[in-house]
Amino acid sequence: MSEILYRLERITKNYGERRTAAVALDESLVIARGEIFVLVGPSGAGKSTLLRLLGLIEPPSSGTLEFLGARLDAHTQPSLVLRRRVVLVFQRPILLSASVGANIAYGLQVRGVRKVEAKVDCVLEQVGLHALKHASAYTLSGGEAQRVALARALVVQPDVLLLDEPTANLDPYNVALIEQIIQAIHREKQTTIVLVTHNIFQARRLAERVGLLLSGKLIEVGTREQFFEQPRDPRTRAFVNGEMIY
Amino acid sequence: MTDLVSGFLQAIELLRRGDTSLSQIVVLSLQVSGIALVIAALFGLPLGTWLALSRFRTRGLAIALIYTGMGLPPVVVGLFVYLFLSHAGPLGFLNWLFTPNAMVVAQIIIATPLIAGFAMAAVMGVDPELRQQLHSLGATRVQATLAVLREARVGVVVALVAGFGGIISEVGAVMLVGGNIEGATRVLTTAIVLETRQGQFDRALALGLILLVLSFFINLVVFVLQSRGAPAKV
Repeated sequence: MSEILYRLERITKNYGERRTAAVALDESLVIARGEIFVLVGPSGAGKSTLLRLLGLIEPPSSGTLEFLGARLDAHTQPSLVLRRRVVLVFQRPILLSASVGANIAYGLQVRGVRKVEAKVDCVLEQVGLHALKHASAYTLSGGEAQRVALARALVVQPDVLLLDEPTANLDPYNVALIEQIIQAIHREKQTTIVLVTHNIFQARRLAERVGLLLSGKLIEVGTREQFFEQPRDPRTRAFVNGEMIY
Repeated sequence: MTDLVSGFLQAIELLRRGDTSLSQIVVLSLQVSGIALVIAALFGLPLGTWLALSRFRTRGLAIALIYTGMGLPPVVVGLFVYLFLSHAGPLGFLNWLFTPNAMVVAQIIIATPLIAGFAMAAVMGVDPELRQQLHSLGATRVQATLAVLREARVGVVVALVAGFGGIISEVGAVMLVGGNIEGATRVLTTAIVLETRQGQFDRALALGLILLVLSFFINLVVFVLQSRGAPAKV
């Protein structure tokens, strides 16, 4: 197996007064460098919460999260250097009221990178938006905005790219475009990708390994073939068959 | 109507002549309110931003206090500053009473909650998820907060304009703590009060018009700057 990037041990995440945990993993979860790991599950299953934990945006309430060898828990904050090795692309990207190019350059600028032009151009080419470099971010369509969000994440060349339903609410053309970009990034840069989706077809198209999350618990994790063709858990079988599960 | 016309004509005449006492009054007004605005902005902008972005137990109370401060009667502020700076007061040793310093202090107290309140509203208007997204892109807490402030820039400018408008036009506080001393603490508003009391309506109107024109030009400059900085619309 490749180098292990993430190891999650009995992670839980609670928010305020909620009685049930948003995420409560009974077993350990490991994500290896260079893989595309897709998390599926119905809305409210805790997918986005788990992604925020992986993105080191929020600390777990209990358990430990190991990322690139650093052990993090409820009391240990990740260093800035560590945090900058992972980028999360949100379902609803919020862009700065500036040009497309300025939005993409943001991650580089906060890292103190001075010569950003070439890097911005390169990534704009990658997402097919070079013609819009000087356009205001406010003039973009939903699909274009999501591609800018992808580009501003890619430009900093993260070890891990976390994608939270990046194609939700997009038309089939833009879904296909974004999936192509994700595959190209993985092929060319071997970037580790963790994708959250409730679209079972998308999971089939992109995943190398898949995990089903239900009510904050990881029900099953397996390779794409095993998960879709020979699911062990009846709830996974039901989810794969498009049945309603809670 | 006649008074208005003659006041307007006298204002032009005073400006044309380059009346020394008038220039002194205008310069002092701008100096006092300008310095007070800068200092109030240094307190008010971070305070408003912090209140907008933080979550703590007594936040509601803090916001209520800011709102109350936005409606502080200047004369009450003047009274408190007077009591603090008078010889018997805790800050009497500064000997600031009836000096421009006392006027600046009073105006800072008036402008700070105005700037903080408007800045808070402006920052609250920025999508709260933006900061998290910038954080995820590698921004530090300070970098993300500055970016949010930049997004709220139109509202921040409005906060500064509101603060300036509140102090350049107030009379109660500067009258109490400045004393309206000719050549020392006389500003446009206190001069207007004096001229009116003396029945010099023409001169009072002239001063009023100058105050209005000054406010208009400052707001015009701010508006132009704001338009240049504002994001392009679809």
